[in-house]
Amino acid sequence: MVLGPEPVGGDTTTLVADEPIALAGARAIEGRSLGRIAWTRLKRDRVAMTGGGVVVFLILVAVFSHFIIKYLGHPPNEFNQKLVDATLQTPMGKFGGISWSHPLGVEPLNGRDLFSRIVYGSWISLLIASLATALSVIIGTVMGVIAGYFGGWVDTVISRLMDVFLAFPLLLFAIALAGVIPNKAFGLGGDALRIALLVFIIGFFNWPYIGRIIRGQTLSLREREFVDAARSLGARSPYILFRELLPNLVAPILVYTTLLIPTNILFEAALSFLGVGVKAPTATWGGMLSDAVHWYQIDPYFMLFPGLAIFVTVLAFNLFGDGLRDALDPRAR
Amino acid sequence: MMKRTAIAVVAAGAALAMGLTACGSSKTPSSNSSGGTNATAVYNAAIGKVFAPSTKKGGTLRLANSGDFDSLDPADTYYGYSWDFIRLYGRSLVMFAPKPGGDGVNLVPDLAQSLGQASADAKTWTYKLKPGLKFEDGSPITSKDVKYGVERSLDKDTFVNGPTYFNDFLDLQGYTSPYKDSSADKLGLKAIDTPDDQTIVFHLAKPFGGFDYFAMLPATIPVPQKADTGIKYKEHVVSSGPYMFQTNNLGKDFTLVRNPNWNASTDPNRAALPDKITVQLNVNADDIDNRLLAGDLDVAIEGTGLGTAAQGKVLADQNLKAHTDLASLARTWFAVINSDVAPLDNIDCRKAIEYGVDHEGYQRAYGGAVGGDIATSLLPPQIPGYQKNDVYNFAAKPNGDVDMAKQELQKCGKPDGFSINVSYRAERPKEKATAESMQQSLARVGIKLTLNAYPQGDYAKLYAGKPDFAKANNLGIMIYGWGADWPDGFGFLQQIVDSRVIRAAGGNTNLGIRDKTVDGLVDQAMAESDTSKRNQLWGQVDKAVMDTAMALPGVWSKVLLYRPDTVNNVYVNDGLGGYYDYAWMGVKQ
Repeated sequence: MVLGPEPVGGDTTTLVADEPIALAGARAIEGRSLGRIAWTRLKRDRVAMTGGGVVVFLILVAVFSHFIIKYLGHPPNEFNQKLVDATLQTPMGKFGGISWSHPLGVEPLNGRDLFSRIVYGSWISLLIASLATALSVIIGTVMGVIAGYFGGWVDTVISRLMDVFLAFPLLLFAIALAGVIPNKAFGLGGDALRIALLVFIIGFFNWPYIGRIIRGQTLSLREREFVDAARSLGARSPYILFRELLPNLVAPILVYTTLLIPTNILFEAALSFLGVGVKAPTATWGGMLSDAVHWYQIDPYFMLFPGLAIFVTVLAFNLFGDGLRDALDPRAR
Repeated sequence: MMKRTAIAVVAAGAALAMGLTACGSSKTPSSNSSGGTNATAVYNAAIGKVFAPSTKKGGTLRLANSGDFDSLDPADTYYGYSWDFIRLYGRSLVMFAPKPGGDGVNLVPDLAQSLGQASADAKTWTYKLKPGLKFEDGSPITSKDVKYGVERSLDKDTFVNGPTYFNDFLDLQGYTSPYKDSSADKLGLKAIDTPDDQTIVFHLAKPFGGFDYFAMLPATIPVPQKADTGIKYKEHVVSSGPYMFQTNNLGKDFTLVRNPNWNASTDPNRAALPDKITVQLNVNADDIDNRLLAGDLDVAIEGTGLGTAAQGKVLADQNLKAHTDLASLARTWFAVINSDVAPLDNIDCRKAIEYGVDHEGYQRAYGGAVGGDIATSLLPPQIPGYQKNDVYNFAAKPNGDVDMAKQELQKCGKPDGFSINVSYRAERPKEKATAESMQQSLARVGIKLTLNAYPQGDYAKLYAGKPDFAKANNLGIMIYGWGADWPDGFGFLQQIVDSRVIRAAGGNTNLGIRDKTVDGLVDQAMAESDTSKRNQLWGQVDKAVMDTAMALPGVWSKVLLYRPDTVNNVYVNDGLGGYYDYAWMGVKQ
């Protein structure tokens, strides 16, 4: 009883495991569901709540990026070369050309507005990272549950498959792929195709990490009394998988999803940095950093702001993810 | 035919480390020099004239290289700076005149008594060596040593770096290498005769009026057959020039000292002022800049100019700027407008691009005025035969001519513009900036560009230089650049405008300039053995290319060189391609 998480509802006495979540809220004896307990714990964790607040803010910025740019910024790809010193090629004015019109300054050489590009980059970064994470989590959960529950040769096959995926030289593959993909494929073109491709590369090859965790959890869960009970009452495998096991896996899935998103943001930035990401001139954080490398000695602000954006985002997601894990599973603390 | 220029590739991590060292030394060199002539440093003082002329011998000239030579072996080197530096320890048959300005592009005899004597059909070229020439060990230099030097340069399995002009033009009759030569003296090549020790005769497979340029190549530097150790010869090259190797730690550093057997009376083209020359290799590029500014180093040997950090500092300070020279390279950054891609098969659509592009934007992508001048045609102005031609009024309308572009679009039946792709080399931020600038400026007239980046290693082989790939991927504009091995119309233009060098398999240097008029003029120029007529014909080729609107010239490249107070007798040689003449430079003492 110490190693695994509690069955949902914290209930091991009843043999009726049907609709545990719906029942949980209605119980007078236990009073609070696991979710509510976790929320109470999370609320007390100020660091995690701050992280969560930043995450919500970033998601809002990303979702409404097009409106923000339209009403507060400039078109992200528009040149403003009159704001750049023609000889030195650096922005005129202090701190990388910061002004009311350009609150984060402008790029050297072409004078593109950094604020708009960072806001637009947040949309690209979060879109790719969250879609890729969703893809990894879905594949990883399904494969992990199947491997853990059925065991035997199914487990062996899936586990070996995970090993193969983990051994795959992903970065080299991504770089090679970026060189050969055409401008139009699968009915997509331009940025949409690139985003789809990045989601596929990042998402499809990262599922074994979460898959292994889910497999391990399933292995321990399936030996538990409530599963035995359901089975002895004649429940079939699909029922046990979806109604008994999956609800108990929500906590680790949630935690690893939150922790995977920042990893994927970094990976997307790395790919963009290497020129594999979305095509220029579309703004991405990694792409901006890659451009800034050539300028950091004479215009460090160009590197500072996109770097800060990545740093804050990754930190916020990580703090929130850690807090969430502590709240859902205090014993792992 | 594209001579390599060392390009400093700065990785992010390494760059950050450099940033730390960059804070170290920043002394301002002002008037701390003494001895020699007291010339005041002025911006561009070593362009078109010799700065601080001197004949005073002595001192140590300190050079540093942020990378390494491809090889010190005369048969195996293709870096521009190496062709300059090698003249300190090797003498070829002819060389570029050690003169500032336009005179520097002329050839003068070095080992030879005069320039080559051509037969009537320009297929046989004869040179006579000066008397009294000696190697560093005192043994005489004969025509057989020159022949052996050329022979070994033919072996591209052993010497992979050097150019292949002799392989391409000599009547080899199957000869591949002296290392596979069965004759006792290893001089079995029939294409070169040495009737006596002073005379050398080259037999070409096809006529070539500009053979003297081949005789300038480091491959004609004599190599004594007994001393040849193949690929290891670079460890100790036997000197025929004013300096010889004292120490040589490959990849690290080497030192040259005076060659006692070099006779100045046979060699009016080298001042040979310093007593000693030291070269450090693989030095951090920013460190080199800082040491130059501090006066702890005399020359950045690669001649690629100051890095961004140092350049920003120097341009902002008039006193520092006075120590710089903006040297012209025989190099043009340009783009090819691909007539394979619809609607660019229509010349008016191509002209719309010529007019629509922001030429100043192109220039800014390469660093603004410091990066070079706005090019109005492919041929750089310092190359003999250049005639000013500005078909599309780049000079009058540096930001492009939107009205004319719209008119041309009307004429070609695309009044609302069209969509094409533009390709550039992914590793080159300047080409990326060019593509972004073109995208912005052409959007003004409704031409929509999508940017496609390709790895530079395979750019010519698999992507832009492969006609069917370029066509299938709608690459209407292909950003590119070209540098000449030597300042001559043939060396610069032939490989990039002659449509007959385009191979369907890829690996092309001509990305898609296809025009019968241009081809015809190239043929005429190649066959012409009269130098001035030939140069004029290359000028006409340049104009004809612009008339086709298949080339979009961008920038005639320049480079900002730093000239510390420690050096004198310094000037930029246009023949060598925009480097300081290292054989002429001295140090103040």
